[in-house]
Amino acid sequence: MENIDTNVSGVCTPAVGEAGRTGEWRELRPVIDSTKCIPEVKGKPACFLCWLYCPDGVVSMTIPVEIDMDYCKGCGVCAEECPPNAIKMVREVDADE
Amino acid sequence: MNDVRIITGNEAAALAVKLAKPGVIAAYPITPQTSLAEKLSEYVEKGELKSEYVRVESEHSSLTVCISASTVGARVFTATSSNGLLYMHEQLHWAAGSRLPVVMCCVNRGVGAPWSIFNDQQDSFSQRDTGWIQIYCRDNQEILDTIIQAYRIAEEVYIPVMVCYDGFILSHTMMPVEIPDSGLIEEFLPPYRPHTILSPDDPKTINPVFFPTRRENSEGILCDGYMEMRYKLQAAFEKSGEVIRNASREWAEITGRDHGGLIWEYMTEDAELILTGMGSIATEATLAADALRDEGIRAGVVGIRAYRPFPKEEVAQAFKKATAIAVFEKCISYGYEGGVCSDLKAAFYGTDIKAPIHDYIAGLGGRDVKTGEIVDAARATLETVGSGDTGNKTIWLNCYKGI
Repeated sequence: MENIDTNVSGVCTPAVGEAGRTGEWRELRPVIDSTKCIPEVKGKPACFLCWLYCPDGVVSMTIPVEIDMDYCKGCGVCAEECPPNAIKMVREVDADE
Repeated sequence: MNDVRIITGNEAAALAVKLAKPGVIAAYPITPQTSLAEKLSEYVEKGELKSEYVRVESEHSSLTVCISASTVGARVFTATSSNGLLYMHEQLHWAAGSRLPVVMCCVNRGVGAPWSIFNDQQDSFSQRDTGWIQIYCRDNQEILDTIIQAYRIAEEVYIPVMVCYDGFILSHTMMPVEIPDSGLIEEFLPPYRPHTILSPDDPKTINPVFFPTRRENSEGILCDGYMEMRYKLQAAFEKSGEVIRNASREWAEITGRDHGGLIWEYMTEDAELILTGMGSIATEATLAADALRDEGIRAGVVGIRAYRPFPKEEVAQAFKKATAIAVFEKCISYGYEGGVCSDLKAAFYGTDIKAPIHDYIAGLGGRDVKTGEIVDAARATLETVGSGDTGNKTIWLNCYKGI
């Protein structure tokens, strides 16, 4: 049976991926330099401003910090907020090379 | 023993709402709707109607309350007029787009500027494309019966319904109205089955941003995009005509009162001249048809009861034998003509109906429309047959146009 949308009106469920793989929208990819990222350098939980500011909640509060590229839209807020400038926004086409 | 009372159109509407037992009512008073809102608050205050009556500061809010209450499963009612309806404009679209079976009365009144408190139909006409079913009533009995039918229709097709009736002419004029037994309403009107129940156990977001394309959701289901949701509304409208006809027929079976489905006809069987319009002006046209028949002119009337969905097939059939058509309407699409006239012409496209169609704009802002004026206008239309005059301009009835 084909899965079809039977909703009479516009409805969605609050769940990861509900709006599709929004990472496909990304033009710029955040790339973390582990030699500058504070939690990695210190080896203990610290800073995590990228996690705090990410409007899509795709940054992990872990060591190392990880970004879920399936849903990161590449807005660059993390790079803007990062105190040691550990995050660089790289064009997707360049990142693939 | 039948319960027949001599009451105003607004009281007939209030009694209908009382019978339909909405869980939530929110209405902001505006002339000429006011006595309807007052009557309903009185029923609630006295405990005769167990509804939540929400007092609001505007019409935008009154419809918003209804949208919210309907979303969580309540049957709802609101009513307004004129600029109040215009103030609801955004939420009219929202109710229809959310596919909520809100029922509203629009007590038709001219819109400002300049101010008028008197009757015409520019208010509801100007909200034609908001995705609401619009039904226009002829008399107070039809107002009561149509509101009951409106809940049945709205809750079956999930489209909000606007029950329109002429301000003062019906809203404040007393007529005998038969009040149906409440047991009969329970038989006719099944409980509302909402499609949007919100529950903490099954969290949903209603009306999030929809994208231009379809999307696969978190469960891998390919979900509709914005355009598909809009198509679903149009598809629901396309089947709503049958639902309106059925509601009308079943109501007639249990009450003996048949107001017609999408249209009603008066002496059209052999009519060469057909008069048409919506609401009380069409009732008056029946008197004009009688007078024209006294003159030996075979006249008849087609009343447009449902304006949306527009009764395309019905009118193509009803006007088939007409040699002249006179449209009387209390609204206009500025820069073109009255809406009923345009829609009739569109419905006739590709048919054999080639009769001249004259569009009489009448009774704006409460200007009195006398039967004799309708008679003269319709006769003048009939006299143009064969003259090549197809009537491609509006004719303003009883209006001083300067020198």
